[in-house]
Amino acid sequence: MEFKVPTMAELMAAGEEPEILFWVGCAGSYDERAQKITRDICKILHHVGIKYAVLGTEESCTGDPAKRAGNEFLFQMQAMTNIEVLNAYNIKKIVTGCPHCFNTIKNEYPGLGGTYEVIHHTQLIQDLINEGKLKAEGGESFKGKKITYHDPCYLGRGNGIYEAPRKALEVLDAQLVEMKRCKSNGLCCGAGGAQMFKEPEKGNKDINVERIDEALETNPQVIAAGCPFCMTMLSDGIKLKDKEQEVKVLDIAEITARANGL
Amino acid sequence: MVAQILFLVLTLAAIALFTVNLRKIIRNIRLGKAVDRKDQPQKRLMTMLRVAFGQSKMVVRPIPAFLHFFVYIGFVIINIEVLEIMIDGLFGTHRIFNGLGGLYNFLIGSFEILAFTVWVSCAIFLVRRNILKLKRFSGVEMKSWPKSDANYILITEILLMSAFLLMNAADAKLQLLGASHYVNAGAFPVSQYLMNILPSTESALVIVERSCWWFHIIGILAFLNYLPYSKHFHILFAFPNTYFSNLEPKGEFTNMASVTNEVKAMLDPSFVPAETEPGKFGAKDVTDLSWVNLMNAYTCTECGRCTSVCPANITGKLLSPRKIMMDTRDRITEVGQNIDKHGAEHQDGKALLDDYISREEIWACTSCNACVEACPVNIDPLQIIMELRRYAVMEESQAPGSINAMLGNIENNQAPWKYSPADRFNWAEES
Repeated sequence: MEFKVPTMAELMAAGEEPEILFWVGCAGSYDERAQKITRDICKILHHVGIKYAVLGTEESCTGDPAKRAGNEFLFQMQAMTNIEVLNAYNIKKIVTGCPHCFNTIKNEYPGLGGTYEVIHHTQLIQDLINEGKLKAEGGESFKGKKITYHDPCYLGRGNGIYEAPRKALEVLDAQLVEMKRCKSNGLCCGAGGAQMFKEPEKGNKDINVERIDEALETNPQVIAAGCPFCMTMLSDGIKLKDKEQEVKVLDIAEITARANGL
Repeated sequence: MVAQILFLVLTLAAIALFTVNLRKIIRNIRLGKAVDRKDQPQKRLMTMLRVAFGQSKMVVRPIPAFLHFFVYIGFVIINIEVLEIMIDGLFGTHRIFNGLGGLYNFLIGSFEILAFTVWVSCAIFLVRRNILKLKRFSGVEMKSWPKSDANYILITEILLMSAFLLMNAADAKLQLLGASHYVNAGAFPVSQYLMNILPSTESALVIVERSCWWFHIIGILAFLNYLPYSKHFHILFAFPNTYFSNLEPKGEFTNMASVTNEVKAMLDPSFVPAETEPGKFGAKDVTDLSWVNLMNAYTCTECGRCTSVCPANITGKLLSPRKIMMDTRDRITEVGQNIDKHGAEHQDGKALLDDYISREEIWACTSCNACVEACPVNIDPLQIIMELRRYAVMEESQAPGSINAMLGNIENNQAPWKYSPADRFNWAEES
């Protein structure tokens, strides 16, 4: 990275507090493809000059996959440990790179003692565009390109956020096309509910293939995602269809970073 | 006089029988665990008005929404006519409300038009189910009884509306003949076309009119008592079901208070937990579910909108959210019957998990909430699936191997994959 990503520990040592904490998430930390998205989110934060920080090695799984798999014990252990860290740093506002982390911290942490203002990175991007701090200039042009956006379940149906990611794409002057099943009727990528970590049950098709078939019907140049798990499922689908050259699967943070030459 | 007494006895018997069965259902629902859904009464009322009364979630599919709207509005409005039938039946009067004059003619006229649209809608519904064979109405759970149930309801409604219109046609013809007792009242925009197929003598017309009248009212009383055994029960329970539905974001799953106590005690040895009732974690049987889950099951009208949007079901997996609801209702009905026959302590050795819903079904769910979003009466199949998973994982430690590996990774490495926590920040070192 061309700049240093600040950690909470460093800020605290310097007697400072960030405006916002960037919660990276496990996929964003370890998954090679998702790491790129993480770095792009940092580039955006750095570019607009928001005072931010990450937890670094002090971050830990939110417990989301454990909860969806039915292990409430492990979820609450993770949640309470994380809340202790977040509260110790006096965190007020959090942006997450993953809709699952977003949903868990926003909705399920308050009941366990952790109340914060939580936003997803697509909401942050929308806010920055609205405030005029972020445009789509100085980088790759998406003008006229066909982009279709895949709604992550935990951002869309789970929390009713359908507009922010689309607003972030509108600024590109691209051609936005909707899949047949979109917004509240969007089809899952197949990874939610801890499915990411297991083989699917017996059936006649994989869910991500069903979704990719539908996405390809729109004849897109870019499939936009907002979730590292959707990213994995959609990328696998594109690979399976042998369309890697024609169709790119990109996170909204990556598209934004590219459009601004970051 | 005999007719009036017969009418009174039939009506009272029908209401009594319905009350007994309704109370059994309410008792069964109360076997569920407590959950507070009394908060935010205003928001709840608005939800009920919008979703149940206003049918707001039906419009997603315009054709069935349109047809269903006629049947729904017909059901609500034609009930005003039933009030008149009740009074006439009890007091031996005929068309007691005719004193309303022009308004009466307007009412009877609109009932006729509604009866006709209900008739046509039900006929189209029958065609959709039995001739067009829409995919939504098939599936493993839609064999035998559920399939017949749907047809019985539609045929009954067609018969009831036919009797109503024929009764009016005979009445109109009797009015033209100037028959005594048949006062000149009502407007007959639909049944006037049926007059020609009826006999022309007064005595024969009276037989037709009376038979249809009795068929119509006995049919309604019988239908009322069919409801507790049928998916059609939704015409009553759609209202409380939407009122008590979840108002929080769909992505939010409940935090189990019993677990919070244990975790707090583990993290802080000095923590003294508040008294909570001991019980098992998650649900093995229907009585481990909440009363809202059980009410959901009785409300389900098996329309299959949930299953038709379920990603697992679409791709050929065994899971069907509609089946989750139907199994839950079948099982709670069985538990209720056991109580009636053998007393409250009786155990039949069966449970919702494994005897009704298999592990393969619960592990196929992606928790995407499409089923919850699709339900026109705010039923939540996902919550039941999650409670069954909680039981399987926390009480039995029975999860697919890869899920156990993932849980082990979180426990040991604080991430669902097997990476070292020390490497968590390595992403910042690359460009």
